[in-house]
Amino acid sequence: MSKIVSLYQPTDFIVHLADDALILGHRNSEWTGHGPILEQDIALSNISLDLIGQARNFYQYAAKLYSVSGKPVVTEDILAYHRDAWDFKNCLLVEQSNGDWAKTILRQFLVSQYQFLLYESLLQSKDATISAISEKALKEVSYHLRWSSEWVIRLGDGTEESHKRMLNAVSELWMFAPELFTKTNYEKEAEANGIGTDISSFKPKWLQKVNDIFREATLSSVVLDSEEWHTLSGKEGRHTEHLGYLLAEMQFMQRAYPGCEW
Amino acid sequence: MSVKEEILEILNGVNDPEVPVLSIIDLGIVRDVKINNDAAEIMITPTYSGCPAMEVIKKNIQRSLAEHGYKNLKLTTVLSPAWTTDWMTEKGKEKLKAFGIAPPMPKQHICKPELFHEGEAIQCPLCNSYNTKMISRFGSTPCKALYQCNDCLEPFDYFKCH
Repeated sequence: MSKIVSLYQPTDFIVHLADDALILGHRNSEWTGHGPILEQDIALSNISLDLIGQARNFYQYAAKLYSVSGKPVVTEDILAYHRDAWDFKNCLLVEQSNGDWAKTILRQFLVSQYQFLLYESLLQSKDATISAISEKALKEVSYHLRWSSEWVIRLGDGTEESHKRMLNAVSELWMFAPELFTKTNYEKEAEANGIGTDISSFKPKWLQKVNDIFREATLSSVVLDSEEWHTLSGKEGRHTEHLGYLLAEMQFMQRAYPGCEW
Repeated sequence: MSVKEEILEILNGVNDPEVPVLSIIDLGIVRDVKINNDAAEIMITPTYSGCPAMEVIKKNIQRSLAEHGYKNLKLTTVLSPAWTTDWMTEKGKEKLKAFGIAPPMPKQHICKPELFHEGEAIQCPLCNSYNTKMISRFGSTPCKALYQCNDCLEPFDYFKCH
C-alpha cells in the first residue's frame, strides 16, 4: 500500500490568526496621539506594535505556503493591503469601532484572554512555525492581558461614570464573544491535522477568567450561550459594516500606490 | 581567530539603534553563526514580534560584515526559543545602568500574570535607591517600562524582563 502524503496546507487558518492580530492592532493604533493620558497612549501603541508584529509573522508564513514551486505568488503586504473585506477572516469582535476608552479596554481584555489560551494551546501544534510564532506571541499577550485586566477592574470598580461606561461596553461587545469559540471549517481541519487546536475546549476557562475579573470590577457575571449565536461570521468573511471603513483607511496608500515604500 | 569568531567580533560592533549603548551581542539577539565555505548564515531573534528596530539591525549587520569583506550572507530569523532578557550579557546590563536605564532583574517576577503586582524593587540607575515606583508598564520602546525614583525623583526607563 502506498503511503498517502497529506497535501493539507493550513493557509486559511494562518491567515485567520494574522487577520485577528492585524485588525485589532490597527484599531488600537487609531488611539495613537489620542490616548487619555500620554502613558496609556504609549501603552496602547506598544500593544498595537506587538499585534501587528504577530500578524506579520503569520502573513509571512502564509505567503511562504502560498508559493508555487518555490516561487512567491503573494507577499505579506499583498495579504494585508490588497484583500477585500470578504477575504478577511478576523472575528467580528476585533473590528468593532473603538468607542470610548472603556469599550477599547474591554475589547482588548476579551481578545487577550482568548489569545492567551489559544497561543498557549498552539505551543503543541505539529507545525513548528505556528508553534514558534505562538511561543513568541504568548509572552507579549501575557503582558496585554495583565494591562487590560487591570484597566477593566479600575474602570468597573472606579467612579459611577466609569462603571456606567464599562456596563455599556459589555452590552455593546458581549454579543460578539460566542464567535470566538464557534469553529469554522478551516479551524476544524487544522485541529484534525494536529496543527490547530480545539478552540471550543477553552471556552469554560475563558469564561471563568472573564468572570473572575468582572467580579473584582464589580460587574455582573456573564454567561456564554453559543446557541444564541445566529449572526454573521467574521471568520468566514461575513463582516459588520465597520471592517470596510477600517480597510479603506488602512489600505489606502497601498491601493493608491501599489508597492510604495518610504 | 576562526571565521566565526571574527564575525562575532564584527557583530559586537553593531549596536541596537534604539538603545545605542548595547551591541546586538550584549542584547542576546544573535543566536548563532554558521559558516559554510565562503558563505555565512547569521541567526537572529527579535526581542518583540513588532520590534521596529529589527529591519535596521538586519541592514546594519549586512553593512558591517560587507565592510569587512563578508558579502555572501544569509540572515535567518529564529523565533523559537523566544528571546528573553536572561540572554542579555552581564556587560550589557552594566552598560545599560551606566547609560541611565535600569537593567532587567534576574528574577522575573514582573512577567507573571498576577494583577497590580508592583512588589519588585527596581533600582534607580542614577542614585541606586530601591525606593522606586512604576509609572507605566509600557515605555518609549516595547522593551522598556517607565519608573520614577521616590528619593531623587528622577524618572527613568526600566529594561523590563521578558
